[in-house]
Amino acid sequence: MSDLELTVGPLMFLWSPERIADYYAQVAAAPEVSRVYLGEVVCGKRSPLTVESLLLAEEVLTRAGKSVVWASQALPATPREARAVRELAEASALLEVNDVAALACLPKGAAFVAGPMLNLYNESAVAALVARGCQRICANVELSLDAVAAIAKACPQVEIELFAYGRLPLALSGRCYHARAHKTHKDGCLFVCETDPDGMTVRTVDGEPFLAVNGIQTMSHGVHLADAEVGRLAAAGVKALRISPHTGDVRAVLAAFGAFVRGELDGAGLRAAVAATRPPGPLINGYLHGEAGMLSMEVL
Amino acid sequence: MGSIELVCPAGSPPMLRAAVEAGADSVYCGLRDETNARNFPGLNFSPAEMNEAVTFARDHGARVLVAINTFARAGADETWRRSVDTAVAAGAHAVIVADIGVLSYARQAYPDLRLHLSVQAAANSAEAIAFYAESFGVRRVVLPRVMTAPEIATLAKATSVELEAFVFGGLCVMAEGRCALSSYATGRSPNLSGVCSPPEAVSFETDANGLTPRLAGVAIDRFAADEAAGYPTLCKGRFEAMGDTSYLFEDPVSLNAMTVLRDLRAAGVKAIKVEGRQRGKTYVRRVTEAFRGAIDALDAGRDCEPFARMLTDLAEGGRETEGAYKRKWR
Repeated sequence: MSDLELTVGPLMFLWSPERIADYYAQVAAAPEVSRVYLGEVVCGKRSPLTVESLLLAEEVLTRAGKSVVWASQALPATPREARAVRELAEASALLEVNDVAALACLPKGAAFVAGPMLNLYNESAVAALVARGCQRICANVELSLDAVAAIAKACPQVEIELFAYGRLPLALSGRCYHARAHKTHKDGCLFVCETDPDGMTVRTVDGEPFLAVNGIQTMSHGVHLADAEVGRLAAAGVKALRISPHTGDVRAVLAAFGAFVRGELDGAGLRAAVAATRPPGPLINGYLHGEAGMLSMEVL
Repeated sequence: MGSIELVCPAGSPPMLRAAVEAGADSVYCGLRDETNARNFPGLNFSPAEMNEAVTFARDHGARVLVAINTFARAGADETWRRSVDTAVAAGAHAVIVADIGVLSYARQAYPDLRLHLSVQAAANSAEAIAFYAESFGVRRVVLPRVMTAPEIATLAKATSVELEAFVFGGLCVMAEGRCALSSYATGRSPNLSGVCSPPEAVSFETDANGLTPRLAGVAIDRFAADEAAGYPTLCKGRFEAMGDTSYLFEDPVSLNAMTVLRDLRAAGVKAIKVEGRQRGKTYVRRVTEAFRGAIDALDAGRDCEPFARMLTDLAEGGRETEGAYKRKWR
C-alpha cells in the first residue's frame, strides 16, 4: 500500500461531445482517481467545440467527489488564445500552467500547478516558481526518475506528479501538421484532427510506426508507462501518477493503476495489465531511465 | 549601428573575428560545454578565448553576447552558474539564457547584468515576455520562429522589451525549447544536451531501395541514387502519414527572411539574428556582409532585395523559405 495519488491529465485530442461525456463518466466512477485536469491545452481553435462538454464533465466529476483543476494552453499564439489564458487564470482557484504566459496572468501569490509542457528541468527553476506559488509540478516528460528525485530532494515543499500513462507530448509548433497532411493549413483546418482520437500515426519510410500527430502537437507513437516499482517512485519523491486520456478501456487502465498503487501489482504486473487493455501503441519507458524516450526497458 | 542591430553567430574565435570584420553589430557565442545549445565537438570558446573575444569585439565597436541557453541538469546546476560567472568575468555585453533557474541565479548574483531571453524559452506572447521581464529584468527576447510578421508587430506594441528575430539559417519548425523529438529517438536533445539529431546517432545505409539515413536506427528519409542527401535532422525527414510519404513537418529548407526585413523593422524588431554557429567563418562573413548591406540600404531608403540573392547557394538543400513570417506557412 502506498499513498500515491492517481490523477487524470488534460485531454489532448479533439474528441466528440459524446466521447468526452463517456470518458469522464468512467473517470467519475473510478474510486482510484482523486484529481482530474480539464481544459484545451493543445490548440485554442478547438476550445469552442469542447468547452461545453468539459464544463459538463466538471459537474459530473465534482459530484463524484473528484477535485477538478483547469489547465492552460501550452503555446497560446493568438490574441484570442492569450485572452482565454488570462480569463482562465483569473477564474481558477488552482490552475495548471502549461506556458509562462499564464503565470503572468495569475493573481500574485495564487497557487498553481506547473504542467509537463513547461520547461522545468532542475531544482533552481522549480524553486523560483515555488516562490511564486507553485504547489505541484507534473515533471517534464524528458526527465529521468533520478532527475525527478534531485528536484524533489531540493524542493521538499513541492508535490511531484509523474506523467505515468499515455502518448508523450513531444513537440509544439506554430504549424498544424494534421492540416498539412490533409493538404491544407492551420487557418483552413476544418478540424481534421477529430478523425484521429489518439493522434494520426506517422510511419518511417520503412513502414514502422514512429510518431503521432495531434494538430500542432507531435507525440510519441509509443505509450509511455511509468512502470518503476512503487517503492522507487516513493523514494524519488513522487506523490501522484498522471494518466493521460486515450481511447480504449479506460476503466481497465485506471483499475490497473489502482491495484499498482495499492501494492497489489508490481511494476511488471502493471505493464502486463496495461498492455492487456490494448493501448494505442507499444509501452515505452526510456525517459524514466534517462535514455531515449522511445525505448522499452526493464522495469526500474 | 543602423536602425536594426545585426547579431551574427560565432562558433569559434576565427568566426567571431570574421563576423566583426564583416560588419556585425553583435556576435553571439558559447562556452565549450553543455551549457550552450551548440555543444558540438570543435566548436565554441574556452574562458580565455572568451576574454580575448570580448576585447577584440570591443576594440572594433562590436558586442559579445554569450549564450548559456540549455536547461540546467537537475542536481548539476552549478555548471550553468559557473558559465554565467565566466561570461561576466569576460565582460560580455549580455548573456542569453533560457532556463528559469539560470535566469534566477544571474539576476541575484549580478543585478546589473544585461539578460536576453533565448529563443529556447519560446516566449511568443506579451504575457510570457512580461513574466520574464518582471521576474528577472530580461531586456530582450529572441522570438521563436513560429510567428508571422503582423503577429510580431502586434506583440511589439504590447511590450517594452526589445525583440530580436531570426532572419537567416536553419529553421526550427517546432517552437524552440518545446521539442523533445531528438531525445525521444536518441536520448539527447537541444534542451538537455545542446544538440539535435546528434552525429553519434546518425548512420547511412545503402541498398536496392536507395540511401537511407537513420537516427538511432530509425529511418529518417530515403534518397534515390540521383538525389542529394542532407544531414538527417529528424523534423526535416520524410515520413508516411495517411498513405502518403512526404516531408510531413518541413522540407529541408533554410530560412531567408531578407525580403521581410522592412516589415520586421516596421514591426518594431530591434535586432535580427543569423543562425549557424556550426557553419564556419566563410559562411558568417558572407551572410554578415549581405545583411550589413541590406540594413544599410534600407536605412538609406533603398531596396534590399538585391542582397537576398547573394545568399541562395548557402541554403540547406539549396532551397529557402520565409518560414512562419508568411501566414500560409502554417
